[in-house]
Amino acid sequence: MISQLFAVRKKLDTKQRIYVSILSFLVPLILWSLISYVPFLWHPKVEITEPGDVSYFTPGMLVDRELFDKEVATASSESKKVPEGERTNPIYLPAPHEVATALYTAFTTEPKRRNEKWLHESLWDSIQVIFWGFVISSILGVPLGILAGTYDVFSRLFEPFIEFFRYLPAPAFGALAVAILGIHEAPKIAIIFIGTFFQQVLVVSNTTRKLDPSLLEAAMTLGAKRITLLFRVVIPGIITHLFKDLRILLGWAWTYLIVAELIGTSSGITWFITQQARYKNFENVYAAIIIIGIIGLTTDIILAALGRRIFPWEKGRAET
Amino acid sequence: MSKLELPSYLEQSKGVKDRFDRMKKRPVTLQVKNLHKEFDSPQGKVIALKDINFETYKREFVCVIGPSGCGKSTLIRILAGLETPSSGEVLLDGTAVSDPGPDRGMVFQGYTLFPWLTVKKNVMFGLEMSGHGKTSSEEQALQWIDLVGLSKFANAYPHQLSGGMKQRVAIARALANQPRILLMDEPFGALDAQTRSKMQGYLHEIWKNIDVTILFITHDLDEAVYLADRVLVLKAHPGEVQEVIEVPVPQPRSPDQLLSPEFLATKRRLEELIHPPEEDIGIDEEKMNMVRMVDVKHEVESVF
Repeated sequence: MISQLFAVRKKLDTKQRIYVSILSFLVPLILWSLISYVPFLWHPKVEITEPGDVSYFTPGMLVDRELFDKEVATASSESKKVPEGERTNPIYLPAPHEVATALYTAFTTEPKRRNEKWLHESLWDSIQVIFWGFVISSILGVPLGILAGTYDVFSRLFEPFIEFFRYLPAPAFGALAVAILGIHEAPKIAIIFIGTFFQQVLVVSNTTRKLDPSLLEAAMTLGAKRITLLFRVVIPGIITHLFKDLRILLGWAWTYLIVAELIGTSSGITWFITQQARYKNFENVYAAIIIIGIIGLTTDIILAALGRRIFPWEKGRAET
Repeated sequence: MSKLELPSYLEQSKGVKDRFDRMKKRPVTLQVKNLHKEFDSPQGKVIALKDINFETYKREFVCVIGPSGCGKSTLIRILAGLETPSSGEVLLDGTAVSDPGPDRGMVFQGYTLFPWLTVKKNVMFGLEMSGHGKTSSEEQALQWIDLVGLSKFANAYPHQLSGGMKQRVAIARALANQPRILLMDEPFGALDAQTRSKMQGYLHEIWKNIDVTILFITHDLDEAVYLADRVLVLKAHPGEVQEVIEVPVPQPRSPDQLLSPEFLATKRRLEELIHPPEEDIGIDEEKMNMVRMVDVKHEVESVF
């Protein structure tokens, strides 16, 4: 059994794979639950339930355990009323059930001020920023990448500069983007673009270069020339890998989102997160982070399924 | 084999001789003139091909054979236009050719089918490139697929086919363009022995029924003798034509001939040319240093 589980580069059977995949989510969840619900594991704070005779304690206050123990010792030695409290975690680590509730209530709670947005509106703003940043980047980056991967002249023309530029951190252009594009959506889209585009050209050109050259040779002996070679062999030949690249790059685009949304007027999911953190509603912060993860994973699963549909020749080929 | 009494490979029966005479009266399809190819390598210039001269007649089947490093792949790639010679020229029906084109079909060892196209679309590829409309390409493609016996798989994708089937599609795809010459670069090299001999049979059938000249590269002596009208033997370092052998085995061929005296004689000659008896130069890198590693009292003391 054990040796079967740890066989080098052998696939587990379907049932085992599903179980282990579930485990991959279950393990972090269990760790989190243990820390949250088993008091002696961590719980460095004490929540005051009864202040006793300690003048600065109030009910519901969180104090460090050492401080609490000291006050208890002082109080009992001076035979005053001893304060009472329960061990608890810091406010920034809510328990799983609190976050789970927040996942629901975050959507149903009305914003505190009238001009503020609901969570789903904030999310929709974020999705639009990602979408446009990624689409604009892809419209330019994919063709440039394919050209650079196919023709050496384009590779030399684009790649040295792009290699340089991709080391410049996208957020560094924030101030510039605001100066040029204003404070609303445009500079945010620009940051996503800068973060994605340069990597994209290099990744796509690299994928294009990996196309089996003998396919091009075969096409040439069948009479394909120049531009037909590009459209009938290079592009269909790399399209499935290209699709996978774009899925990975879309994930990268999300990582630039938080920075992008802090630029100019804070907006979208980032605005929601910073706002909730300010109110110390940390369960809402976690809920929002988890929602980002869920959106990302769902998009990827949908795209993967879409890929299997539009590239029927890939079915069963991935195994070999 | 050397003990066996065999006739000379130069001896041809009347039928075979007459056939060669008739063949040599046919027009020349491919003519290779003073072909020379050098590469730059870190160790300096390497001469891959030196003064290659030969011609093939219409509908002839020529095999090219030689030890590794004799430049046979370079030769066929130059003929296909995938590489340019350092000097010399290649004439197809009397016209010089340099770039790749549909007049020279090529079948590669690595199948090179387009994985994103079905069998039918793969075969249609060349036809569409040469300007045939969709309907006419499809019609012709289906005929070629039928010819190689894969009608049932017309809508399958290459990854669903076995190696032998893939290579049949590759042959159909190359033939669909109706090339003047079909260049084949060790096409059956990756196939198992059984599939390989089956494919040799198919190829001969196709060759008999279609107006095409075939130039076939192989490193398998049996394959060369079994398939070819003439065998072009190259030698290595530099790649030069060593001999052009007219195979004295009568056509049409069948597997029964694999043990006929003419067949064995030709094969022995190829063997001599390609693996000449080694001169003793003192160092033999291939010699193993064998000592007995089995215990004297081992239960299986000797394997004999």
